[in-house]
Amino acid sequence: MSILVDGNTKVICQGITGNAGTFHTLGCRDYGTQMVGGVTPGKGGQDVEGIPVFDTVEEAVDKTGADATMIFVPPPFTADAILEAVDAGIKVISAITEGVPVLDMVRVYEKVKASDSVLIGPNCPGIITPGACKIGIMPGYIHNPGKIGVMSRSGTLTYEAVWQTSNLGLGQSTCVGLGGDPIVGTNFIDLLIRYQEDDQTEAILMIGEIGGSAEEEAAAFAKENVTKPVAAFIAGRTAPPGKRMGHAGAIISGGKGTADEKVAALEAAGIVVAPTPADMGDAVVKAIAAK
Amino acid sequence: MKIHEYQGKELFRQAGVPVLEGIVATSPDDAVAAYEKLGGPIAVVKSQIHAGGRGKGTVKDNPDQRGVVVCKSADEVRQAAEGLLGKTLVTIQTGPEGKTVNQVFVEAGCSIARELYLGIVLDRAAAKPVLMASTEGGVEIEKVAEETPELIYKEHFDPAIGLEAYQVRKLCKKLGISGPAAKAAFKFMPAICRFFVDYDCSLTEINPLVITTDDQMIALDAKVTFDSNALFRHKDLLELRDLSEEEPSEVQAGKFGLSYVKLDGNIGCLVNGAGLAMSTMDIIKYHGGEPANFLDVGGGANAEQVTEAFRILLSDPGCKGVLVNIFGGIARCTTIAAALIEASQTVGFNVPLVVRLEGTEVEEGRKMLADSDVDIINATDITDAAKKIVAAAV
Repeated sequence: MSILVDGNTKVICQGITGNAGTFHTLGCRDYGTQMVGGVTPGKGGQDVEGIPVFDTVEEAVDKTGADATMIFVPPPFTADAILEAVDAGIKVISAITEGVPVLDMVRVYEKVKASDSVLIGPNCPGIITPGACKIGIMPGYIHNPGKIGVMSRSGTLTYEAVWQTSNLGLGQSTCVGLGGDPIVGTNFIDLLIRYQEDDQTEAILMIGEIGGSAEEEAAAFAKENVTKPVAAFIAGRTAPPGKRMGHAGAIISGGKGTADEKVAALEAAGIVVAPTPADMGDAVVKAIAAK
Repeated sequence: MKIHEYQGKELFRQAGVPVLEGIVATSPDDAVAAYEKLGGPIAVVKSQIHAGGRGKGTVKDNPDQRGVVVCKSADEVRQAAEGLLGKTLVTIQTGPEGKTVNQVFVEAGCSIARELYLGIVLDRAAAKPVLMASTEGGVEIEKVAEETPELIYKEHFDPAIGLEAYQVRKLCKKLGISGPAAKAAFKFMPAICRFFVDYDCSLTEINPLVITTDDQMIALDAKVTFDSNALFRHKDLLELRDLSEEEPSEVQAGKFGLSYVKLDGNIGCLVNGAGLAMSTMDIIKYHGGEPANFLDVGGGANAEQVTEAFRILLSDPGCKGVLVNIFGGIARCTTIAAALIEASQTVGFNVPLVVRLEGTEVEEGRKMLADSDVDIINATDITDAAKKIVAAAV
């Protein structure tokens, strides 16, 4: 199998008529994803290269049976778009938009957790089960169906990791970009649970970065609950404290969230940590060999 | 986005958070006039810079001049203002280079009974804002957090609801506040939580928060940082931005939608994506080099942005070589290649350039570079790229 999405997943795009929404909707369809519709308020009844556009998510779900969405609406409207998808019963919500106010996400996070929906992002590349379903902006060709579950707080660094595992012939079960913001819908632990239960996933690669304590919490969880091999990489070993490194979440404050602390916590949990971003694939190979 | 103390206090006042009377001054004459307007006899002259630790900080080349001075006469105010304005203040948070004091805040005095700490931040793990209060006011809170974390009391709150009354009661009990001062806390604490939410703050910190001898609760300091992502709904706050407090090259980069942080090394980096940009810095250091910057050109990088990025990198005299590391996703390698060729003509490269391209439209992008007359060193992967630039940048 895979986690969260597969060949049967039916996907809509919220913000389909914007430049990025159109471009990536077509990119996902070209990859083989079942793109069944899109939503732009006020543009219901139109179509984007044959893909029907609806005014509301509820209507799109009624007419197409969609169970996943990809969100490209601008930051001021992203929280509302996520809540609309939750309300319509969408199972997997992939929010690509960057720049969502953090207090908006406080509001959204509670509602998502109280629902059956899974939110990925915001500020993320999306989710892909190679060869079956791509919901996001990642270049499809670097992926191969396979056995590594890849999860990451960063976009292009995920591509780097995927590329390395593809070149080593391992392939990926499902790759998830968690997003670079302080509050995101899905964290490492949520996915560790799913990868552990997934037959196709034989090993897990976790890519973290400085800031927060998500990696430390994931390390403690993995030690107790995950029997599959786990490898990791932490970006930002050389980042100075107090400076925001692009991602709103990537900032070392009050001496907390440093790369060294994270690496120590991961290694203490028996996770193989890649010393440089060039060694992420090798770290997975080592983790598998060590089990 | 950070603002000055005096600006934060004006916003506090409007939000019903008690502060003392104060007037900002840019010259010693103005400072004296402010002192006279406040009516004395005691006033405090506080340097206004975007960094904490001002009270213990000192002026460069004049270690007797502190960043915050308690004055008892007009002469003392003049002396303090002369000693601070236009001078460089070095505090624990500014780094050794310090920051220039362009303004001082002349504030009325008050009779302090107790000094507390109060701060509000986002607790990422709980996905909620959290109010933190401590009896250990007036000192470095990082030190308290490390040595006596049990003396910091925390209450999470829902932004839509704010701080509940029982939470104020709990905090008062732990902080040892009772009687009329507790009454003041019931106004102060919910008001400051509301402020944090209403202005989309990422940090609101008051150190010290004082209780006066007549049981008032007053914000004696105001450290406020806004969530940059939320500024679209607070357009009025943009006027409070002080560009002189920011690194000019970072401001310039921001205008072009580039995320740039200046560092002290010799190897400039141009990368797409924040995580890959951080990792590129890491691997440069791993192979013995020092990154001159963090630079994320973003997902949809166009020619104009890439050209500007090169202009910023190459204007840094410390930059002895540039590493371009692109893993195309949304950004296509062909776009980057075209921009690189254009930048070589408009900006001109005077240092070695190592390029590593991968991802969307990579073959076409590599061919464009090979067919051009731009002098580049090609790299096959991220390790190869780091080794080559470290060797070339001398």
